[in-house]
Amino acid sequence: METPLVLEKWPGVISTVTIGAKKEEGGSRGDTVKVGGQSTLPLLFKEGSIPHKPRIAFEISDIAPVDFEPELMTAYGQVVNDPLAWADTCVNKYKAELLCLKMQGTHPDFGNKSPETAAKFVSALLSRVKVPLIIIGSGDDVKDNLIMPACSEAAKGERCLIGCAVQDNYKTLVASVLADGHSIIAESPIDINIAKQLNILISDMGLNLERIVIDPTIGALGYGLEYAYSIMERARLAALSGDKTLASPFICFVGQEAWRTKEAKASPEQGIIWEALTATSLIQSGADLLVMRHPQAAGIVSNYIETLFKG
Amino acid sequence: MFIIGELINGMYPHIALALKAHDKAAIQKCALEQISCGADALDVCCGPASKDPLIDLPWLVEAIQEVTNKPLCLDSGKPKVIAEGLKAAKNLTIINSTTADQEKLEILIPLAKKYKSKLIGLTINAKGIPQNKDQRLELAALILTQASEGGFPIVDLYLDPILMPINVAQGQMRDILEAIAEFRMISDPSPKTVIGLSNISQGARPHSLINRTFLSMAVASGLDSAILNPKDKELVDTLITAELILNKNIYCDSYLEAYRKK
Repeated sequence: METPLVLEKWPGVISTVTIGAKKEEGGSRGDTVKVGGQSTLPLLFKEGSIPHKPRIAFEISDIAPVDFEPELMTAYGQVVNDPLAWADTCVNKYKAELLCLKMQGTHPDFGNKSPETAAKFVSALLSRVKVPLIIIGSGDDVKDNLIMPACSEAAKGERCLIGCAVQDNYKTLVASVLADGHSIIAESPIDINIAKQLNILISDMGLNLERIVIDPTIGALGYGLEYAYSIMERARLAALSGDKTLASPFICFVGQEAWRTKEAKASPEQGIIWEALTATSLIQSGADLLVMRHPQAAGIVSNYIETLFKG
Repeated sequence: MFIIGELINGMYPHIALALKAHDKAAIQKCALEQISCGADALDVCCGPASKDPLIDLPWLVEAIQEVTNKPLCLDSGKPKVIAEGLKAAKNLTIINSTTADQEKLEILIPLAKKYKSKLIGLTINAKGIPQNKDQRLELAALILTQASEGGFPIVDLYLDPILMPINVAQGQMRDILEAIAEFRMISDPSPKTVIGLSNISQGARPHSLINRTFLSMAVASGLDSAILNPKDKELVDTLITAELILNKNIYCDSYLEAYRKK
């Protein structure tokens, strides 16, 4: 006798976040990307609805990359020295559906670009490519508070995903995102309590919980991935049980973490495998957005997603 | 915790007045205030103020469901009154309540089934209030068996161990807490448990402190639902904290606010 599947029915649902706005929506993107909306745990297709696949964003920066491994530089070639052409290559050659722009050149140690220059770059990128954008600061809190409002304003109406808000520095970013019609990335240091608190702080400022994506902070395969996995799983279980303050999609910065490991640096093939495996593991813990670096690793993960979602 | 707001009750003078004058706005205000404080459902009771509960209970139901779709807990000892309330209700309903007496069970179980209503079963019968845990369990088993035989879904059955005032039955408090834990083990799937919280502090004081202390102990014993005053903020805060300690919700610094955002 066949054992019947035990199916769980959850009262909660993850919020759906749309990135990008088309012309009729007040933006200029060719298409939009939706993530989230699940009413069950990852890949349990029979248990609930999983309306949107995990999506890959190619990571680029506003200057030639400062922390890319030689293998990554080789993969893209000279084009990385011209960030707009680099963006073009990701979209046209590697079929990127989303770009994640890091405003690296605004960092005091890497060019210290002004808010005006940063905003001009964002505008130029929006004219050059038609895919939706994720825009993140350089990680220098003081400088990010100066340049991110300018970048946000330059992309007003384009419904970008903008980051990263952290518990000690979120107000400026939330105000910009609210004013310019974007969504926000809320970053917490592998800590579910802070992730929840930050979502509440952000929503208290008037930004709907439905416009937040959680960056749980991840470790690469072999470097604490399981911690991120368990945090994501616990947040998802709470969200599906009805906790709206944790019912946000997840974004995972896979490329930067995977390529930091000594295993990834050991050989080009191993680096690609390390990034791809980190990404596929995170898909199973609930990642909705994967920010990746190597085009081949992104290709492998993209095929993996297609296979999983074939049904 | 499923919170049933207790304030729409003819026992309270302003509700009695509103009921007498059929002042819809006053009832609706009381309903919405309780919901904004966290009530998941509303108890609806005409109380001694009503001369004709057969008319007043449906009137209350209609007035309330104009402003909310939260479940309504139809509170009357008379099955005929409950039947009138059920007829008027569009919202989900909870029958409050049947006792463990055969003649009530025979009417109320089919009625609950017919209207797809949940049902509160008091572990009390015509012989009186149970004096210990075993008597409560015996009556609980009787209600459960009858419900089960009547084809009523057990997950919709709420067993009430009968909470006595602390100054009347101090010796029974431990029995009541243990009964809450053990009711769940009578069958699989488990029935749920409910208490009328304010009973414990009737005639005693300070009400609020006694209520919230007992509630946190009952929550730790596995209580699913309580009929209480949701406008008592300290009480609801205690409830939220008790559930947090039991790992039912994820901690964050603003956990009280987070719970209310749900």
